[in-house]
Amino acid sequence: MTQTDVKQGFISRIAGPVVEAKGLHAAKLYNVVFVGHLKLVGEIIRLRGDTVSIQVYEDTSGVRLQEPVVDSGRPFEVELGPGLLGSIYDGVERPLTTIAEATGIYIARGTQVAALDLEKQWEFTATMKVGDKVLAGDVIGTVPESKGVLHKIMVPVGTEGTLAQIKSGSFKVRDTVAELEDGATIAMAQRWPIRIGRKFHQKIAVDTPLITGQRVLDTFFPLPKGGASIIPGGFGSGKTVTQQALAKYSDADVVVYIGCGERGNEMTEVLTEFPHLQDPRTGDALMKRTVLIANTSNMPVAAREASIYTGITIAEYYRDMGYDVALFADSTSRWGEALREISGRMEEMPGEEGYPAYLASRIAAFYERVARVKSLGAEARIGSVSMVGAISPPGGDFSEPMTQNSLRISGAFWALDRNLAYQRHFPSINWLQSFSLYLNVLKPWYERNHFSVFEDLRQEAMGLLQAEQSLQEIVQLVGPDSLPESDQLILEICRMLKEDYLQQSAFSEIDAFTPLPKQLTMLEALLQYYRSAKEALHRGVSLKALRSLTIKQQLARMKEVPYPHDKAVLDKIKDEVKTQISALEGAQ
Amino acid sequence: MNSLMQKEFQTIQSISGPILVAEGLQEASFGEIVHIKLADGTKRLGQVLEVTEKFAVIQVLESTQGLDIATTKIRLTGEVAKLAVSSEMIGRTFNGRGELIDNGPELTIQKRLEVMGSPLNPVMRDQPADFIQTGISAIDGLNTLVRGQKLPIFSGSGLPANELVAKIIRQAKVKSGEDFVIVFGAMGLSFREAEMFRKDFEESGAFEKVVFFLNMADDPSVERILTPRCALTAAEYLAFDLDKQVLVILSDMTNYCETLREVAAAREEVPGRRGYPGYMYTDLASLYERAGRVKGKLGSITQLDILTMPDDDITHPIVDLTGYITEGQIVLSRELFRNGINPPINVLPSLSRLMNLGIGEGKTRADHRGVADQLYAFYARGVELKKLSSIIGEEGLSETDKLYLDFANKFEHEYLNQMDENRDIEDTLAVGWKLLSMLPKTELKRVKPALIEQYYGK
Repeated sequence: MTQTDVKQGFISRIAGPVVEAKGLHAAKLYNVVFVGHLKLVGEIIRLRGDTVSIQVYEDTSGVRLQEPVVDSGRPFEVELGPGLLGSIYDGVERPLTTIAEATGIYIARGTQVAALDLEKQWEFTATMKVGDKVLAGDVIGTVPESKGVLHKIMVPVGTEGTLAQIKSGSFKVRDTVAELEDGATIAMAQRWPIRIGRKFHQKIAVDTPLITGQRVLDTFFPLPKGGASIIPGGFGSGKTVTQQALAKYSDADVVVYIGCGERGNEMTEVLTEFPHLQDPRTGDALMKRTVLIANTSNMPVAAREASIYTGITIAEYYRDMGYDVALFADSTSRWGEALREISGRMEEMPGEEGYPAYLASRIAAFYERVARVKSLGAEARIGSVSMVGAISPPGGDFSEPMTQNSLRISGAFWALDRNLAYQRHFPSINWLQSFSLYLNVLKPWYERNHFSVFEDLRQEAMGLLQAEQSLQEIVQLVGPDSLPESDQLILEICRMLKEDYLQQSAFSEIDAFTPLPKQLTMLEALLQYYRSAKEALHRGVSLKALRSLTIKQQLARMKEVPYPHDKAVLDKIKDEVKTQISALEGAQ
Repeated sequence: MNSLMQKEFQTIQSISGPILVAEGLQEASFGEIVHIKLADGTKRLGQVLEVTEKFAVIQVLESTQGLDIATTKIRLTGEVAKLAVSSEMIGRTFNGRGELIDNGPELTIQKRLEVMGSPLNPVMRDQPADFIQTGISAIDGLNTLVRGQKLPIFSGSGLPANELVAKIIRQAKVKSGEDFVIVFGAMGLSFREAEMFRKDFEESGAFEKVVFFLNMADDPSVERILTPRCALTAAEYLAFDLDKQVLVILSDMTNYCETLREVAAAREEVPGRRGYPGYMYTDLASLYERAGRVKGKLGSITQLDILTMPDDDITHPIVDLTGYITEGQIVLSRELFRNGINPPINVLPSLSRLMNLGIGEGKTRADHRGVADQLYAFYARGVELKKLSSIIGEEGLSETDKLYLDFANKFEHEYLNQMDENRDIEDTLAVGWKLLSMLPKTELKRVKPALIEQYYGK
C-alpha cells in the first residue's frame, strides 16, 4: 500500500442502481466498494478519468451526493467452505436466514453478514500428514458435510509448500487447520472472485448423461454431466416446474439453484418442499445437497446481475472436489435484463433491443464455465458442472437476443411450447423443435450400459412423430378418415406416444420420475403396439378393432407402475399387446 | 439539515412533459420528495430521479401546467415518499398520492411508511395455502385462487373485467370464514368504471371494508407512479401489522405502464420493446411481489390486477412482463363474450400456478386436480376439433370426435357460463363430472380409477 492509494472518494451522481464517484484514484474495475453512510455494497463497472461508475447491490433511495465511497481494494469474492449446502443466499452470498434474524420480514439495507456459519464446529479429518508436499488443489482433509457429500478441503490457488502442521479435530470454518513451512496457513474456508472461473487442470470431454427421470429429456434430448442446455419458453409454459423437477430428480451430487429475478413464492416453494423430500441416493433430505441463490424480481437489480456468477462459482467449488454439480438458472433472461438496465443507466450505446453490445460475449463467457474438468492437485479429481438455463423470451418469441445468443453456445435446446401448455401437455417441451447435440458423444455410454437398443427406439419414435406432423397437415384439409388406415394408425400411435409417454405429471409421486430402464421398457411396449398393429392391418384386421383393444388402457397406465419392480409388470403388458393383437387376427 | 428544508431553489433549467431539470440541488437525495411552488402559492409534489454535481432531474407527480422557469421554486423535504397509515383507513377514500379526499374526519396516524416498500425476505415468506372460493367455476374449478396469490386478469377493451372483479369481491370467501379487507388502487379509471364499482360496493355492503386510492382518468398521469405503491403500503400495514386478510385490486395496470413510458420518453432514456423502458420488468415486480403471506403473521395480501391487453395482444410487453411475474393469469376472450358466455373466461391460456397449494383432500376435494386436468384435456381437444370441423364439416369426424365436439360446446355453455349464479366448489365439481361423463370412461386418462368409480355418471 503506497501513499498515493486513495481508498475513499465521494458520490458525484446517483441514478437508481448506478452511482458515480470521484476521488477513488486506486480503483480497479470490479472492485467492491461501500457506498454512502449506509455502506451499501457495490461493484465498480466503469472507470472514466476521475469518475468511477458503480453498480450498487442495494436500493439507493435516500442516498446523497458527497457521501463517502470506500474502495475495498478487492474484487467481489464469495466465501467457500463447509456449510454452503442447505443454505439460501441472496445474489451476493448473504445468507437470507441470518438477514431475517437481523432485520425481520423485509430485507433492510446495508446488512453485512458472513456467508458461512462462523461459530459452527466441523469435524475435520486430515488426509495428509506433516512433511507432505502440497500443491494448489490438493485435498488435505475432509469434512462430512452431509450424507452424500464429503466436503474436501483443498489447498487454495497460490499456496504450495510442505506441511509443517496439520491435525484432525473439531474446527470452525475460518480456523487454521494446516500450516506450511513458510508460515502460510490453510483454513477450511477459502475465497474466490466470482467473475473469474475457478482454476482446473484441463477440460475433458463429456461422456455420461445426467439422468433426470424426465422421459422426454432422457429419451430424446439428453444432457450430459458437464453439458449446457437452455430451456426457453413464454410465461405459463412450465419453465419453473420443469427446472424444479430437474433439481429434485437429477442424479447430480450437488445442486445449485439460482432464482434470478423470479417470483418470491417460488423460492418459498423450494424452501418448503426440499427439506422434506428425500434424496433417493442418500436418504438425506434433498435440501442437504442443494444451495439456493434467491434474488427475486423485487430484490435489487445489480445483485441479480451478480447472482448467476455467485451460483456458478459455488458450483465450480464442488466440481473441484470431484462432484457432478447441476446448476439451474431461472431465469437467465432476468440477468440479461439486469445488464440492459445497468447499461442504460450508464448511458452506453445500445445494441439489439436495447441490450448492451457485449451481451453475446458475456453469455458465451458464462456458458464456457460449464464443463467437465480434471481438477488441480497431484491426485486430480474429475468433476463437472452441468447447466440448465431457463430463458424467458418476450412474447414467447425465440428470435430475441437472449435466446439466440444462448442457443449458439449451449448443446441442448429444450423448446417450451405454449400451445402444449394450453392443452396441459406437461412438460410442454416441443419434440420437433428441440434438439440435443450430445447424442453422439453419449452413444458409447448407452452401449456400455446395455441401453444400445435405446438409439433405435428413439429414432423409430421420433420418425413417427415427424410423420405425424406432415399427416396432420393433410388432416387439416381433408379430415382423418380420408387417410389410408396405415396412416391413421400413425396418428393413433403418436397420440399414445404423446399422452402415455411424453406427458409426465410432476405432481404424481410415481410418474414424476422415471428411471432409464423403465423408460426403455415403456417405449418398447408402445412401439410393440405399433409394430404388431401395423402387421395386423396388413393381414386385414380393421383399425376399429385395434383401437378398441383393452390393452391400450394398460399402456396408458404404465406411467403409474411403481419402480424398481416395474420390469415384470411392463414386460407382461408388452406380451399382452402381442397376444391381444394376434387374437384379433385369429378371429378373422 | 433543517436550514436546508427551508431553502428554496429558483433554478429550474428546463421543463419537458412531467420532467423538470434544476440546478443547485446537490443536497437532494435519490428518491426524495420535493415541493414545487408556483408564483400563485400553489404547491405540487415532485420526486428526484437523478442527482449529479450540476443538476437534478425531478419528475413532477402532478400536472406541470402553469409551471415556469422564471418564478417556480423548489423546496427539498428531506424525505422519500411516505404514506400515513392508520386502522381508520378502512372505508375511506384517498387520491392517487395518498391524501384523504372524502371530506371525512382526519385520521389518527399510527405510522408513516415509505411507499416504495422493501423486498420481502424470501425465507420469511409462508406458502399460500388457503383456497378462496370465488363462486366462479372457471376460477375455482380450473384456475383456483389461493390466499396470498397475485393473479392478474388479462382483459380487452370492452370486455367485462371490472364486472368480474366486482363479482369476486362480493363472493370471495375462505373456509375459515374471515372477511377480506379490500384495498382498491384505481389508475386512470374513468368515472363510469369508478361508478360501477361504487354502486356495486354500496349494494353489497362492501363499501365499509374498502380503502380507495383513486387516480381518475383526468387526474395527472404521473401520479399513477405513486398510486399502486400507496395502495400496497396500506395493504402491507393492514395485513402484517393489523392481521387483516387483504385483497388488493389494481386497475388498470395498462394505464400505469403508459405512464412509465411517458416518463422514460421525457427523460430521453434508451427504450426497450415498443418504447417501454428496459426496467419495466423490475418496476412491475416491485409492485406485484408485494403480495403473499409472511411467517408468524396472520394477515395476507392477495392481488387481483386488471390489465387491458392492447388490441387483445397477449404478447404485448405490458401483458407479457406481467405474466412472467404473477402467479398465473385469468384471460378473457372476446369470442366467448360475443357468444354470450358470462364470465367470458378463456380457460386454455388461463392458469393458476398456486392451484395445487389450495386444492385436494381437506381443502376442496380429492378429485379436484384430476377433474381439472381432464376437463382441460377434453376441452383442448374439442376446440381443436371445432377448428377442424369448420374446414371439413362435422360429417368428416369420427363418433368419438363428435363426442368431444359436443363436450366443448356444453363445457362453454354449462361450465363457463353461469351468469349470476354463485357456485360453491361442490357444485363446480358436480358440473365438471356431469360433463366428463359425456365421454366413455376409458377416455378419462387423467383421473385416478378409484375416483372415476366414485363420481363418473353420478
